[in-house]
Amino acid sequence: MRRKSLFTLLTMILVVGTVLAGCGSKNEGGSGSKENTAASKDQVLHINLSAEPPTFDPAQAQDSQAHTVLNMMYEGLVRLDENSKPVPGVAEKWDISSDGLKYVFHLRKDAKWSNGDPLTAKDFVFAWQRVLDPSSTPAPPYAYQLFYIKGAEDYNSKKTTDFSTVGVKATDDNTLEVTLKTPTPYFLSLTSFYTFYPVHQSVKDNAKWAADPKTMITNGPFTLTTWTTGQKIEVTKNANYWDNKDIKLNKITMSLSNSGATELSSYKAGQLDFAGMPNGEIPTDQMPAVKKELKDELNLKPIGGIYYYQFNVTAKPFDNAKIRKAFAMAISRQDIVDKVTQSEEKPAFGFVPPGITGEKEDFRTEHKDDFFTENMDEAKKLLQEGMQEEGYTTLPPVTLIYNSSDKHKKIALAVADMWKRNLGVEVKTENQEWGVFLKNRRSLNYQIARAGWSPDYNDPMTFFDLWTSKSGNNDVGFKNKEYDALVNDAYSSADNKKRMDDFTKAETLLIKDQQVLMPIYYYTNVALIKPNLKGVILDYAGAVDFTRAYFE
Amino acid sequence: MVRYVANKFFYMLVSLFILISATFFLMKAIPGDPFMSEKKVPPEIQARLMEQYGLDKPVYQQYFKYLGDIATGDFGISMKHQNQEVTDIILDTFSASLKLGVFAIVISVIIGVLLGMLAALYHRKLIDNVAMILAVLGIAVPSFVLASLIQFIFGEKLGWFHVMGFDGPLDYVLPVAALSAQPIAFIARLTRSSMLEVLHADYIKTAKAKGLNWFTIMFKHVIRNGILPVVTYIGPMTANIITGSVVIEQIFGIGGIGKVFVECITNRDYTMIMGVTIFYGVLLMLARFITDIVYVLVDPRIKLTGGKEG
Repeated sequence: MRRKSLFTLLTMILVVGTVLAGCGSKNEGGSGSKENTAASKDQVLHINLSAEPPTFDPAQAQDSQAHTVLNMMYEGLVRLDENSKPVPGVAEKWDISSDGLKYVFHLRKDAKWSNGDPLTAKDFVFAWQRVLDPSSTPAPPYAYQLFYIKGAEDYNSKKTTDFSTVGVKATDDNTLEVTLKTPTPYFLSLTSFYTFYPVHQSVKDNAKWAADPKTMITNGPFTLTTWTTGQKIEVTKNANYWDNKDIKLNKITMSLSNSGATELSSYKAGQLDFAGMPNGEIPTDQMPAVKKELKDELNLKPIGGIYYYQFNVTAKPFDNAKIRKAFAMAISRQDIVDKVTQSEEKPAFGFVPPGITGEKEDFRTEHKDDFFTENMDEAKKLLQEGMQEEGYTTLPPVTLIYNSSDKHKKIALAVADMWKRNLGVEVKTENQEWGVFLKNRRSLNYQIARAGWSPDYNDPMTFFDLWTSKSGNNDVGFKNKEYDALVNDAYSSADNKKRMDDFTKAETLLIKDQQVLMPIYYYTNVALIKPNLKGVILDYAGAVDFTRAYFE
Repeated sequence: MVRYVANKFFYMLVSLFILISATFFLMKAIPGDPFMSEKKVPPEIQARLMEQYGLDKPVYQQYFKYLGDIATGDFGISMKHQNQEVTDIILDTFSASLKLGVFAIVISVIIGVLLGMLAALYHRKLIDNVAMILAVLGIAVPSFVLASLIQFIFGEKLGWFHVMGFDGPLDYVLPVAALSAQPIAFIARLTRSSMLEVLHADYIKTAKAKGLNWFTIMFKHVIRNGILPVVTYIGPMTANIITGSVVIEQIFGIGGIGKVFVECITNRDYTMIMGVTIFYGVLLMLARFITDIVYVLVDPRIKLTGGKEG
């Protein structure tokens, strides 16, 4: 019996020991989070990326995560300031010819790579040739971003193998001459995009350079210092950056969690200084709580993207314009943004969002999006007329498809409910896995589908060339000669007023006359920013720039 | 014994081959490709990418080429994470899952067995009741609920631990706790019932009657026999913990192999899907294989030589 109690005593000691050990670590945990707040004062920024950037090779990158990090590590000829206007980057000044075709960039002499090598115009030529070279492996997916340059498309599609026919020349170490195919008013701001970044010539012989901090030689405000696959990415201030006196952060640490709930919780616990878009998402079901508890830290900024539904104009019953119009009119957009998305998005009645530059100022200010209104009686009437034209007594069954996501699902259910109440039409909603969804949409195997579009550059063209007959992204079956002519006209014209008039006519055709799309709302960037974090820049398209941020 | 092991090993190889073939063709049957995105890549560039990765060839050719590649140990390069080898990504991310898993397994076994033994020794007393209530709770509460709960309390509200990340030793506490709650409960119940059975067995009574001291009885007879079911459970548990940590990894933002697995399927990262599937397959099969062997070694009642096998 005595031994039994000895045994009990031993086990009890073990149990108590474990509990005590637990307590001990709890205390250390407390000091750990304090360190974090202290670290914020040391100008160390903590953010989260919801997906690991697949690559840090500017030629290969094509997602918003890589965009955010590449923007820290590289700098293009120009960079965008807080008003999304191009300001000098590697180029300290530039001359543009009067026909808008020739750009001469004068590179600053103190521009250096992070290893101290001088950065010259040849590095740009090298990088752009690398993007366009048809033998680059894997083929750079965004090569077409450079097709504005004369001869670039021919070189990429192997029509010529002579790179000297492409309009990019380094006339000396500090001068880069670029000749364009057509006058492109937004070309200057395009050079701030990552596909246009310079690349250090040492990458030639090392296929894995962009996966290793040791071989990542960059020219931006920060350099990559840590990359633990799946766990953490860290960039540190680059002493060789020409403008490093204006860089206040010493380090940016990025965690990699794909859960919005975890990100939010982590932000609340003080582990993150920034949460939400564009690199993450605050769950919509948390929005009411966030609006209440973190009102002062919640940052809602309209950005140039649009959320819409598209009709397959080749499928019954949406081959009839009146039926399309009826559907577009019969929902309440304000209710969707108030009750479902809850992020103060602006209801959309056109296709170009606010924030996109028009002739002189915002395109949407110069040309209002009053192409249609919500009107339930009118919608019912149009539906009747459309059905008569097609000889329907009852409408064929209609299915709305969307890719699996909580937010898309909520919006789809709300919209289907509004159609049922306002039009008396029963619409089936169906969620599909992303790849399946894309395939169905591209092969026109749907009736109504969810869609979204964000601009590639700051010009309405990025929204209109989408719907030309030859566009690879036109997945609604809309083919209209008049529309194509308008876009082509805008494409080849240097007269900005004429271009904007063309765009307005194109938008009238697309939305008012044909109602190929059912615009729902213009995007808002939803982010939480700690009150002492200043200088975070969100550009017109919702890309984020942390390089000039600092803690007060 | 050798024959038994060789036999098991052969079946393992056959299952692996079936797994590889089935996964390959199923994966190719899902619509989409690794280069799809909302903004479509121009057709020429898309075609060039397909050609560079050999995806323009008929599926059966791709299949034989893949079999040839893996036979030489070449699992290829990830189609999404350009310039990174599949094996590098698997090893990097698995190291996180493994650390997490090993801790969870060790903790589960220690605490589970301890609780079970205490409960058995104090059968129908307070300790037994408390331990069994804990065990029922542990089994009933799903790990993701527990994970979110302790994350909210100890991470967000009290700030004792980081809500996410996997940097320091402290970052292990919450995910390990969430992962091991269920196995602890299961092991505790297993240990308790099998110990109770053993404690009442005749040979224990004989041992007591022979006047053996309490320690000898406990360690030589009771624990050794009582723990047998736990040994059999360790195999499937290891598999469960290592594969089942996907959700826990997601909640605590840990970049383990579970996250990679889910993401590579969404991305149609073919080489990665195959690599991770084979890796998981081998891991699970090995876990079972070892359990089978260990079981034979531990339990003298299992006899291999005899009519059935031959």
